[in-house]
Parts: sequence; structure tokens; C-alpha cells
Amino acid sequence: MTATTINPAQNAVHDLSQPQLQATFYDLNEHDHPEGGSTMLGFWIYLMSDCLIFAMLFAAYGVLGGSFAAGPGPKDLFELPLVALNTAMLLFSSITYGFAMLAMEKGGKGAVQLWLLVTAVFGIAFLSIEMYEFYHLIHEGATPMRSGFLTAFFSLVGTHGLHVTFGLVWLFTLVVQVGTKGLIPANKRRLMCLSLFWHFLDVVWIGVFTFVYLMGML
Amino acid sequence: MAIEAVDHSHWSPLLGRLWLDALPQEPIVLATFVVVALGGVALVAALTYFKLWGYLWKEWFTSVDHKKIGIMYMVLGLIMFLRGFADAIMMRIQQSIAFNGNEGYLNAHHYDQIFTAHGVIMIFFVAMPFVTGLMNYIVPLQIGARDVSFPFLNNFSFWMTTAGALLVMMSLFIGEFAQTGWLAYPPLSNLAYSPWVGVDYYIWSLQIAGVGTLLSGVNLICTIVKMRAPGMTMMRMPIFTWTSLCTNILIVAAFPVLTAVMTMLSVDRYLGFNFFSNDFGGSPMMYVNLIWIWGHPEVYILILPLFGVFSEVTATFCGKRLFGYSSMVYATLVITILSYLVWLHHFFTMGSGASVNSFFGITTMVISIPTGAKLFNWLFTMYRARIRYELPMMWTVAFMLTFTIGGMTGVMLAIPPADFVLHNSLFLIAHFHNVIIGGVLFGIFAAINYWWPKAFGFKLNDFWGKVSFWLWVPGFWVAFTPLYILGFMGVTRRMRVFDDPSIQIYFVIAAFGAVMIAGGIGAMLVQFAVSIWKREELKDESGDPWQGRTLEWATSSPPPEYNFAFTPIVHDIDAWDDMKRCGVERPVTGFRPIHMPKGTGTGLILAGLSTALGFAMIWYIWWLAAVSFVGIIGYAIFHTFNYKRDYHIPVETVEATEAARTRQLAAAGV
Repeated sequence: MTATTINPAQNAVHDLSQPQLQATFYDLNEHDHPEGGSTMLGFWIYLMSDCLIFAMLFAAYGVLGGSFAAGPGPKDLFELPLVALNTAMLLFSSITYGFAMLAMEKGGKGAVQLWLLVTAVFGIAFLSIEMYEFYHLIHEGATPMRSGFLTAFFSLVGTHGLHVTFGLVWLFTLVVQVGTKGLIPANKRRLMCLSLFWHFLDVVWIGVFTFVYLMGML
Repeated sequence: MAIEAVDHSHWSPLLGRLWLDALPQEPIVLATFVVVALGGVALVAALTYFKLWGYLWKEWFTSVDHKKIGIMYMVLGLIMFLRGFADAIMMRIQQSIAFNGNEGYLNAHHYDQIFTAHGVIMIFFVAMPFVTGLMNYIVPLQIGARDVSFPFLNNFSFWMTTAGALLVMMSLFIGEFAQTGWLAYPPLSNLAYSPWVGVDYYIWSLQIAGVGTLLSGVNLICTIVKMRAPGMTMMRMPIFTWTSLCTNILIVAAFPVLTAVMTMLSVDRYLGFNFFSNDFGGSPMMYVNLIWIWGHPEVYILILPLFGVFSEVTATFCGKRLFGYSSMVYATLVITILSYLVWLHHFFTMGSGASVNSFFGITTMVISIPTGAKLFNWLFTMYRARIRYELPMMWTVAFMLTFTIGGMTGVMLAIPPADFVLHNSLFLIAHFHNVIIGGVLFGIFAAINYWWPKAFGFKLNDFWGKVSFWLWVPGFWVAFTPLYILGFMGVTRRMRVFDDPSIQIYFVIAAFGAVMIAGGIGAMLVQFAVSIWKREELKDESGDPWQGRTLEWATSSPPPEYNFAFTPIVHDIDAWDDMKRCGVERPVTGFRPIHMPKGTGTGLILAGLSTALGFAMIWYIWWLAAVSFVGIIGYAIFHTFNYKRDYHIPVETVEATEAARTRQLAAAGV
């Protein structure tokens, strides 16, 4: 047995009565723990894992981005004004989501729903412009099957788009849930999580815009 | 046996690629199918006859209790272990007879599936469920918690893992499994060279199980970070909890990579993308890099929790605090970080050049330093201790001897010039079995023998445990030493027939070793059966049969649903040992109602829909894929409308449970 001096409680242990000992070693007065105490941490960790999926797609783009296989390259395909408009849509949607969160802090249920719907409009605009772009590329023969570069491009941008689509489904679900249950703690937690998710997609898009579109046009 | 080229190219809207040619054709598989089908019918009939479906559904399948989920993971691991071992012994028999023009009893199409399935099953559906099951059962108890952070997700994770295992098992009888080796390198795994369903089974089983693994990783990190008992600072956590934390960090940081790579392979196969194609600018070597960025951390995901098990076992059976607690924690953290910096050592022969190979060779060798520190910590704990050689301690000593040699051959492989000779040889096979069996599996056996009494309230039979031990450990060496020798002679892995008759004797010896291991597995099953049969004799009333040191031993065996009626307060490392030495008695009054999560069938339903989705994608049954996908999204949304997910265990129930415990302790004179 090792020396018992490590724990100060043990030195005084002989002076303690059994009830005192029990109160030292057991939480006799425990109350219910509020639900969802781990949710934000858990969602953050999930987001970081999602971030790794994007990291892999960026890495693949880094490797394959110059493999045109005698097909078109970024300068032949990208239209920066269109992408700039698209980026603006997503950035606006982040701002309006921020307004939804401010409304949540103030407890305005209707305002939260309104700002969520405005966010959804910008999100749908973003997706529509992206689909328009994809349609044009495919129409010109620049399909993902054409080259390693186009495979990596469509996969990276498309995965981001799928995330936005998923975020929209989640957003509409929350509009209904806020409507029926109000701004209860569970719903506030969900709004916070979607907020993280939405802003996260914004950050990823900044990476896509810079790394794929801007640097591709250099 | 000549293989006829079968035309699998037909497709119908209703059944996709699925048609009669998917049913077992070979006699071996057909016979297995009949046996499994009869066994399945018998099991279903028995469950129905004894009216156990309701019990299983209510008490197990829909339970969110981390202890029950942990046990279900262990059962899954055990079942899949038997399947994976059947593959192993089939390979050993084939290789020991396929000489002098004898083709053996397995044709190439079948043999290639077997070695692929063996690897996939043993890593993903044996080692992973065992490790996850242990962490699930033990971690909340060790940190004095009542459940994990996200109990529903825990249930869902288990069923997703099971869904993946189910798809692998289905591939045995419906269609085929991949013939690519366990990591399915392209271009072999591309559609051009693996046109039928094998690789698709591989992809979808790993994708679905991967969702479960990732969520379980998030869950356990949150549990350890957020739910520790008051007073349990990070540096007072039991070592098993520490290694579990590091393993789950590795899971969250590695499994998304696998998900991404599998998705890239899928779009190449399904949509004709060019991530890994040979032409049109794809890069097959990118696949190899990416998959090993997941794959190397994966081996540490498997071994770290078992390092924790050995630490707990050593401290307990030496009757003293673990030597070098902090160095153990830091060694674990260093291994966690280094595990990301070594992936390229799996393909030194790719031709990255001397400087890149040197970097990865050196980082690989550096890992042996923290690992060595751990071994010395265990040895110094044992030094001058009164060691009790119970079964868990025996497995620990066997691990220390076996794993050290496996580690040394690993350092040999880390030297790039040596690796150019040994790459893909049987030396490599011997090495990784040396560390995975000697480390992970021996650790799991130590853990099962150590914590079984906690989970079920009675110890495991000693005699059959020792029979199993003495068949397993020498059996391992008889089976794998010949492989080291063969590897040095240049014999490569995954061979079905051999030309050189002089090496047959080594394969015969290896097959004999595999038979010894089969005996070890059989003895272990007998050990379980005998122990359950004689559970009254082996009963442990105290809840603390080994004079344990950590909090899982502070409660009854098996623990009540709520684990602890009062949450313990921690003042020291080895909190339960501290409580015993301070002489604190268990409080018997003043109970309160306890807040607990409610069970739900959602996890099982979502995993069932995911299985349908995977099956539909494998067989190109597009309508079923669409329906099940919409079903998953729809049911998940429906589930979020359920806000009532918790309940209180009434104080009367707690009082009754604890009074029974008081009587039990008094009767046992503890």
C-alpha cells in the first residue's frame, strides 16, 4: 500500500463521524441535472468531424485540381460575377440567421420564425444559383465524369450544397416546432445548433470561394 | 475447380441486379446457408415459444441503458468473432494443402472473398464492437455517472453497427463479398475490375456502421468531459477512462476520413466519377493515402482502450496504485497525436522518395517510446507487489510478452529499406496479428474475465478459463511464428496456391496453431456456459470481487439501472480504494427520485431503414433506395417531435432496490 498522505481528507478521516464521512464521499443532496447540458459540446464535436469530410474533399481537390485530362479548366468554366452573387446570398443568409438568434434572445417567437424563413429564402436562392451553374457546366460537357479536376470540383461544391439542403430541411422543421412548442429550452438548443451548422457552412463556403474559384482564376 | 464467368449484367426495375444467380452456388456456401437458415428458424421459434420477443424488445432492443447496450455490443462482437475465425481457419486449411499441383478446396473467387471478409469482420465487427461495448459499459460507471450524454444516440449507434454487420453477413448468402483485400484499393475495387456487388456490400456496410461508430465517439467524449462525478478532475480519472477518451477523440478525428473516402469510391463506382480512376486524371494512390489516414489511427483506436484495461487489471491484482499515473496519461496523449503522423509507413514502396520515407519511418519508431513507457509502468507496478495471478492478470502478462515482440517486429517494418523487402509479405501478416491478437484480443479477454462479475453478478469459471488461456497463447505462437519465417523467405500475403513444396511444412504448422486457437475459443464458450450453469456457486454478493480500486466496484453487481443511488464525490485517483480506506459506509436512507432517460425504438427503426437503403443501393433497386431514404429522413424528423424523453424512477423503487442491496450485503457478511 502506498502512503496515505496524498489525500488530505484521509488525514482528518479519524475525526469524522459516519454521517460526515458520507457527506464527504456522496452527493446526498443531488438535484436533477438540466437536460441537454452536453448538447452544444456534442454538436461542436460533430461539426469538427464534418469539417474533416470537407478537409478530405479540399485535399482531393488539391491533388486533382490540375488534372484536366485535356478537358476544360477553371478559367474556361467559372464565371466570377455569378459566384460572387451566390456568395452574397449565403452571407446574407448568415446575417439573417443572426437576427433570428437575436429575436430568440428577446423571446419573440413570431420574429424568430420570420427571420428563419428569410434565411431560407436566401438559402434557396443560393442553391438555385448553384444548380444553374451546375446545369450550365454539364450542358457544356464539363461533367464530373470528364476529368479528375471536375470530379473534385463537383464533389466539393456539391457536398456543400447537400449540406445547405439538409440545413434547409432542418430549418423548416424548426419553424414548425417553434410554432407548436414555442421557445422552450429544447427548441432554443436546437436553434443554437442549427445556427452553428449554418455559420459553419458559411465558413466552408469562404474556403471554397477562395480556394476553388478565386485561386482557379489566377 | 475452374470458375465459370457468370453474367451478372441483367437488371429489372423491381429487383435491380438481384436475381436467382445471387443465391449460393458453391456447395460449401450452400451447406453453410442451410445450417444458418435452420439455426435461424430454430432461434426464432424458440424465442416465440418462450414468449421472449416482448422482453427482448422492451428490456434490450429499445433500451438506452449504457450497460445493456454495452452487453449487446459484446454479444455482437462475439458472434462476428466466430464468423471471422471460421474464415481464418478456412484460409489456414487451404494454404496448408494447396501444394504440388493441388488446388485446395477453395476456388479463387471464394478464397478472395474469405480473406477480405476476414479482415473486414475482425476489425470493424469484432474488435470495434468489443472495444465500444467495453467503453459503453465501464466508462459511465468509472466516472460515477448514471448514463452517457446522449442515451438515445447510444442505442442508435449500436443498431447502425449491427446493420453494417448484418449486410456483411447477407453477402455470404446473397451475392458475394468484395475480393479486394480489406481496404479495397482501386483500381481493383473500381467498377471495371469488380463489376458485381462485392465491393458495394463492402462500401455500404462500412458506411452504415461508420455512422454508428462516429456518433458513439461523440457521445463518449461528451460523457467523459461533461459527466464526471464531482471532484473527479481530469488527472483523477481512471486510466481506462483516459484511454477511452483518447480513443474516442481518435474516432471522431479519423472516421469522417473513412466516410469521405468510401463516398469517393462510391461515386466512382456508381456515377463514373474520376477520383481514383487510372485515366481521366484520377489518382489511385490518393485512395491509398486517404484510407490510411483513417487506417493508422484506427489501430490505435483499437489498442488504446485495452492499454487502459491492462492498467486497471495490473493495479488491481498487484493491490497497489498504478506506477506512473501521469506518465501513463501523457504517453497515451503522445500516442494519440503521433498516430496521425505515421500513415505513410503502410506504403513505403509507393515511391515517395527517401526524405518522405525517412520522416514517416522515424515518426513510426518514435511511437515505441511512449508505448515502452507504458510497459515499464506496468512492470514497475508489478515490482515487489503481491501479484494475484487470476485470469485477467494472466492475460495481461501474456499480453506484455506477446505484444512486446509484435512491437519489435513493427519497428523492423518501420525501417524503409527493410520494409522494401518485407512489404506485403507474411512477415507483415504475422506482425499485425501479433499486436492485434496479442494486444487487442488478449486485452478483451482480460477485460471480459475482469468485468464479467460486475455485469452479471458472478465470476467466470477458472478451470475453463485457464484451458482457454493455455490453448490460446501457445496456439497463437504456433500459428504465427511460421508466418514470420515465411515472410523472411519472401512469401507474399493472400496466396491461394503455392509452387514450392519445401515451404508446405510451415503452413501445416500454422494450421495446427489455428486448431489450437479453435480449441481456445471452444474452451472460452464452455467457460461461459459452465459459469452460467453454476452461477450460484460463482456468485459475488459484494460487488467488489477483486478488491477493485475504481468506482465501478462501488455499486452492486449487476448495477441498478441508475448505477449509483447517490453520486460519489471523488477526492483521489482510485476513488473506490480511497473510500474503502476511509471507511465510509454506504448511505441507506435519504434516497431521492432519480431522473433517467426513456427507452425508444427509434434507433432500431432507423437502422432497419438504413439496412434497406444499403441493400437497395448494393443491388441497384432504386425504388427501394428512394423509399428507405425518404423513410429515414421522415422518421428522424418525426422523432424530433417527441419532447418527452425522460422520466423519474420513483423514490419507492430506489428505496426497495437499495434495501435489497443492504440485505444482500448483510447476508454475505460484507
